[in-house]
Amino acid sequence: MRRSSRSTILGIVVSHHGLEGYGLTLSREQVRHVAMLARLGLEAGEEEFYADQLSGILGHIDRLRELDTEAVAPTAQAVPLEHRMREDEPRPCLDRERVMANAPEARDGFFVVKAIQEAEP
Amino acid sequence: MGAFLRLTEDLARAQAAEADRRLAAGDGGPLTGIPVAIKDVLCVEGVETTAGSRILAGFRPPYDATAVARLRQAGAVFVGMTNCDEFAMGSSTENSGYQLTRNPHDPGRVPGGSSGGSAAAVAAGEVVAALGTDTGGSIRQPAALCGVVGVKPTYGRVSRYGLIAFASSLDQVGPFARGVRDAAIVLQAIAGFDPKDATSADRPVDLLAELEAGVEGLRLGVPHQYVEVQGMEPGVKAAVDRALLELEGAGAELVEVSLPHTDYGLAAYYIIAPAECSSNLARYDSVRFGYRAEDADTLLDTYLRTRRQGFGPEVRRRIMLGTYALSAGYYDAYYLKAQKVRTLIADDFARAFQRCDAIVSATSPTVAFPIGSRTQDPLAMYLCDVLTLGANLAGLPGVSVPCGTSQGLPVGLQVLAPQWADAMALRVARAYEVVRGG
Amino acid sequence: MAEVLPDGWEAVIGMEVHVQLATRSKMFCACPADYLAAAPNSNVCEVCLGLPGVLPVVNRRAVELGVRTALALGCEVARFTRFDRKNYFYPDLPKGYQISQYELPIGRGGRLGVGAGVVRITRVHLEEDTGKLLHAGDDLQTARESLVDLNRAGVPLMEIVSEPDIHSADGAREYAEALRELLRAIGASEADMEKGQLRAEANVSVRRRGEQRLGVKTELKNINSFRFLQRAVESEIRRQVAVLESGGRVVQETRGWSESLQCTVPQRTKEYADDYRYFPEPDLPPLELDAAWVEQLRAGLPELPADRRRRLRECYGLSEFDAAQLSDPARAALFEAAVAAGASARAVANWIVQSDARLPPQHLAELVDLVERGVINREQGMQVLSEASTHGLSPAEVVRRRGLGQVSDAGALARLVDEVLAENPRAVADYRAGKQQALGALLGELRKRSGGRANMQMARDVMLDRLG
Repeated sequence: MRRSSRSTILGIVVSHHGLEGYGLTLSREQVRHVAMLARLGLEAGEEEFYADQLSGILGHIDRLRELDTEAVAPTAQAVPLEHRMREDEPRPCLDRERVMANAPEARDGFFVVKAIQEAEP
Repeated sequence: MGAFLRLTEDLARAQAAEADRRLAAGDGGPLTGIPVAIKDVLCVEGVETTAGSRILAGFRPPYDATAVARLRQAGAVFVGMTNCDEFAMGSSTENSGYQLTRNPHDPGRVPGGSSGGSAAAVAAGEVVAALGTDTGGSIRQPAALCGVVGVKPTYGRVSRYGLIAFASSLDQVGPFARGVRDAAIVLQAIAGFDPKDATSADRPVDLLAELEAGVEGLRLGVPHQYVEVQGMEPGVKAAVDRALLELEGAGAELVEVSLPHTDYGLAAYYIIAPAECSSNLARYDSVRFGYRAEDADTLLDTYLRTRRQGFGPEVRRRIMLGTYALSAGYYDAYYLKAQKVRTLIADDFARAFQRCDAIVSATSPTVAFPIGSRTQDPLAMYLCDVLTLGANLAGLPGVSVPCGTSQGLPVGLQVLAPQWADAMALRVARAYEVVRGG
Repeated sequence: MAEVLPDGWEAVIGMEVHVQLATRSKMFCACPADYLAAAPNSNVCEVCLGLPGVLPVVNRRAVELGVRTALALGCEVARFTRFDRKNYFYPDLPKGYQISQYELPIGRGGRLGVGAGVVRITRVHLEEDTGKLLHAGDDLQTARESLVDLNRAGVPLMEIVSEPDIHSADGAREYAEALRELLRAIGASEADMEKGQLRAEANVSVRRRGEQRLGVKTELKNINSFRFLQRAVESEIRRQVAVLESGGRVVQETRGWSESLQCTVPQRTKEYADDYRYFPEPDLPPLELDAAWVEQLRAGLPELPADRRRRLRECYGLSEFDAAQLSDPARAALFEAAVAAGASARAVANWIVQSDARLPPQHLAELVDLVERGVINREQGMQVLSEASTHGLSPAEVVRRRGLGQVSDAGALARLVDEVLAENPRAVADYRAGKQQALGALLGELRKRSGGRANMQMARDVMLDRLG
């Protein structure tokens, strides 16, 4: 397929630099907030990058607003399933060796992490 | 080709020896000794399983995915772990954190994705069958682009235990094979209730009894929205039209059906899948397993750097999108709204299936595209899934079966059936294969 | 109870109580729920470790205990309930989300009798416990690394949220104690606060009397005893009033109790921002609670502590205090069986409450009877109780073997009295000279001489008679 700066998705014209016909954009501050919630570090220039990219995708997604769903029930799972619960019977745990085998850092049977300094932004 | 991320030679040798013993003892089944490949998102005990992501480099799960365990039980021989888009997010396998996989029909083109490695391995004859996963089309689309059969079962048909989750309410495990019968045999082996997965169904599974029953007297629905979808290549449309005529010739009745909310599927999907992914991928925090950034001073810094460095761009993009859609003040406008639209889409299918036994369409609006041609445009890449993701939103079974070529590249015919009618989807696909002389 | 609340102020307190459910296995996997003795990270599996690809499966017993609690609190039990994900990052939370219940909790809208009043219950919901962090150096601010132990991760947890119906520190403590009593009575939790099986958090605000609007609240957390709960709430009420009276503003925050400082102190909070991004847990289908099952659980509920207290007062004429002391199910059962075996209710209550008598009901009734009939005195009764329970003998048998029968024979007592009087002329003279204390000394001597077996009531009468 051609490499283009514009593509047509289901009748909506989208470009990399935003959206024609839809005014929805994310601010850099929102991008920072979302990135922090998701614990994704941002590198130089990435605030703009994500603001652009997400605004473009959300611009398409915004078309959902066209639908009146006032009286529609939400679907969390499409297939109705009978919920089968477990009986309360304990079983042996995993060997500790196997528990710790994939750990990036471990000592005395504990996983080790850097101290918590959550007051940062 | 780059279909495999790693080969499991020792395991394969041991399994082959065991299979020989079983076969010699007359104790084998249809899969005993059959070489298979496993998509890198399905945990294989003791074998490095990474979901195509650098963040899981070196991770060796201490357990098998249930689908893997069942294949093991059936005597299959595991050849290796196949490449895929990172955490199954993508439609070309170009989002792999490790390598490219090329389409066996044209090495300059993608194999589709996210299960591109599995599709390519089967297409190239490197294995008889392979396991993949399908969240929005990740089995059916690469099957179409590589010219093999791929099956996405009804949600709940195959246990998701040990499937490294992308979007839990959409993910299903399914098989690739060169023919419908082989695919059905593999699916039969892995399907069925699993006490470790509360969303797996306790229902009988019989996929083979009606497989050869043909399409005589069946009504096949053709949704005009799927025919008219934007971006549909004329060559693909022509190949599918031919297939429909052939099915009609075999005794099926073609009926027009309508899926009026098709245009909203992509939007709903790209809220629901990223939202679930943003939560499912929170466990990659470098505490118990996985990559850890070495240059961090604090815990917060460890999180930020590990996840920035460990995840690729598409995964980060979807985590951002999903986190935003679930965040305070936006939940109703995005996530809840998408769930409601999901209801509308499922209702569309339910209404359509009142008029037909199965729905037939193209699997992908395009043939395999050149490597690199869509990587800069996320929405253009997402377009690959427009004909497949409806089945995931509605929990339906779907099969992609090869139906000729366009520009010398394979085209796939998609057969969708009502929930739990996996056997019907396979039967129609098999009937088409027979018509084509398979 | 008396409590110093500064004039013109009212405290408004709501409680959030987390309890570990008394199941054998964890909430979503089969690891044992009893983790206290396990070496670090030896009570875990791939599910509670949150390894890639694993899935939760709900423990039926945990749901059952949740429903029992909801029923016992008079909640409306949900027909359809659901689990949701609460998303946040913390090293003790393996999946990066906690499976909890947000929109459709298992129970809603109940009440709990506390003292003479009632506290309304907002909701009861199920979730999973987190692991534990150890901070090297034990000081959050200077520790350079933390150690993670996930043995507790995934233990079934139930949260019970109250309306802000409590108005004093005593009330907060009484609420937590009443809840513990209820949970133990229905077998939902051992609810031992020191073991972390019951964790009470208080949301405290103050306002001027007559004011309708609620003040800014603080959340008191990490309190590990009922005593500390009371002190923390009391101290926090005083602190808030002082802040407001001096013209300041209460800041919404989380505070903890410092035993060394004897006041509440601000705590660092876990989250960068309180945006938990709840959404329905896609790995678990909605749970439809079968109406017949719920009714069966309702019918299977034992008598609740409050009901039992009322019945003990009304049917047996017990005091409020004794009724409260007997509301423990084992004690109540012993009490009623002993009374049924023919002993007097008040005497039985007395033996159980004062002496913590633990005997088979028949034996307890026998003991009460032996004392009431004067065969042995109360002091001997204590000895008999101790031996009967240690050796599993009946009290009558103990009395027989030990020769403990009280000396009530008038002739024998008279001989004893005569001996004592003859050998203690000085005390006799003192008594006759008006020193009343001398009688006590003489009776004491008599008791000693009888080996503690004399029926002292009779002995006193005989002695007074002799002393004329």
